[in-house]
Amino acid sequence: MRYAYFPGCSLERNAAAYDVSFRMVAKALDMELVELDDWNCCGATEYFSLDLLPAYALVARNLALVDPALDQVIAPCSACYYNMLKTDKNMAAYPELAAAINEALAAGKMHYEPGRVHSRHALDVIVEDFSLEQIAAHVRKPLRGLRLAPYYGCVTVRPAGHDDPEYPQRMDRLLETLGAEVVDYPVKADCCGGHMTQLSADTAYEMIRYLLHNAARAGADALVTACPMCQLNLDAYQGQVNAHFGTDYHIPVLYFTQMMGLAFGMDAQELGLGQEIVSAAPVLEKLRRPPPEEEPPAAKPRRDRQALPMPELLAR
Amino acid sequence: MTDDEKTFLDEIAAVPGGERLKTCIQCGTCGGSCPSGPDMDYTPREIFAMAMAGLRDEVLKANTFWFCVSCYYCTVRCPQNIPITDIMYRLKRMAIQAGYFEASITDFSETFVGQVETYGRSFELGLATGHYLRHHPIRSVRMSPLMLGMISRGRMAFTPQRIRGVRQLRAILRRAKELGGAW
Repeated sequence: MRYAYFPGCSLERNAAAYDVSFRMVAKALDMELVELDDWNCCGATEYFSLDLLPAYALVARNLALVDPALDQVIAPCSACYYNMLKTDKNMAAYPELAAAINEALAAGKMHYEPGRVHSRHALDVIVEDFSLEQIAAHVRKPLRGLRLAPYYGCVTVRPAGHDDPEYPQRMDRLLETLGAEVVDYPVKADCCGGHMTQLSADTAYEMIRYLLHNAARAGADALVTACPMCQLNLDAYQGQVNAHFGTDYHIPVLYFTQMMGLAFGMDAQELGLGQEIVSAAPVLEKLRRPPPEEEPPAAKPRRDRQALPMPELLAR
Repeated sequence: MTDDEKTFLDEIAAVPGGERLKTCIQCGTCGGSCPSGPDMDYTPREIFAMAMAGLRDEVLKANTFWFCVSCYYCTVRCPQNIPITDIMYRLKRMAIQAGYFEASITDFSETFVGQVETYGRSFELGLATGHYLRHHPIRSVRMSPLMLGMISRGRMAFTPQRIRGVRQLRAILRRAKELGGAW
């Protein structure tokens, strides 16, 4: 299966581990990724705050770059994914908007026909286009004994979600298929604070603390995410949050594609492990030494026949 | 309701699906769902009530939309299907046009957008250091371990990536800005 691929700015550097692990997993699943040639930034949440039409035009340039032979573009970053989806959907629903965007694109000799390209999140593609059985068939080293908290974040599932917007399940099923134990993580679709780490750190730190607290309380060995912004806030700011609240969390934050790669038997370093700020070494150590297979609990013994008789029920 | 007041509400509602703003039943689900609600002067529900009352200046001077983290909980939970998050973005743009905003907040967006217009891609190191040094010089000292951690793990580039079609992109954005008035 061939897909257009839009990595986005985060995946070039700060989330390079996500890019490399997604490409490795995609290759194993026989997906062909055709990277958009000379793509530009999607504007994240910033451009839409300042100027609407240039914000849409910025995204539409990327949509116009999609190979005419392809009708789906994959973005691993939740913001990129949703910006492309929103632009295409609003262009299709509001012809005057589409006309204005295309007039702007024409200044660069480009054109985008609304509805031509469907934008999809990497998590959606993996779980929707491949059955759990197909994924299970690639598992060489099950993640046995690992307790993982699936963290979806906001825009991965809202508002245009391919999963439940309040209590998504797809990453849960995926991680179970990889052999991990998925802990109950009710805050799985809450916000990581987004750009508030820059604008109002106290606001963001409280959101990050809440997510870490719930993962720690559930006894998770790691948080697993599907968005570079979530990863950055939970991982890189974990130390700041600890300093701010006097807490002592050490919860590694990894990408779901890294967990897939590990389960597929790929090399941890090649998957970008080691690039996280909160070291995932304890996770790898636990994988090297999985806990002993638990004996299935013995069937509850029936009452000892030699024991004193129970009072007989009255005859009916 | 006078024409002026109508115009203000209509102006806020000028986003796809925004016409439903007039059907707000003041239930408060938006504010109750908002992760940054406690930091807001007024919750989204209050902002909508104020907008309906035509309190233009009070609405545009509020910090509400600047604290919106764009998580879309309010949008998916609104019983009237009002695109609240998109309206928050709209209010940001209106507040900037009206000249009511805190420079430390819009600066971040403007720096980001400036990079995109210069290079075609965002440049995290320049963005983070520039913003912190300018607006939170004391905090930036405390941020240095984070920066060093990111750099030592190869997660920060020292030079921005420039796309080949940056002139083409600028031409598109320039034209979009010229056309932008109605949007």
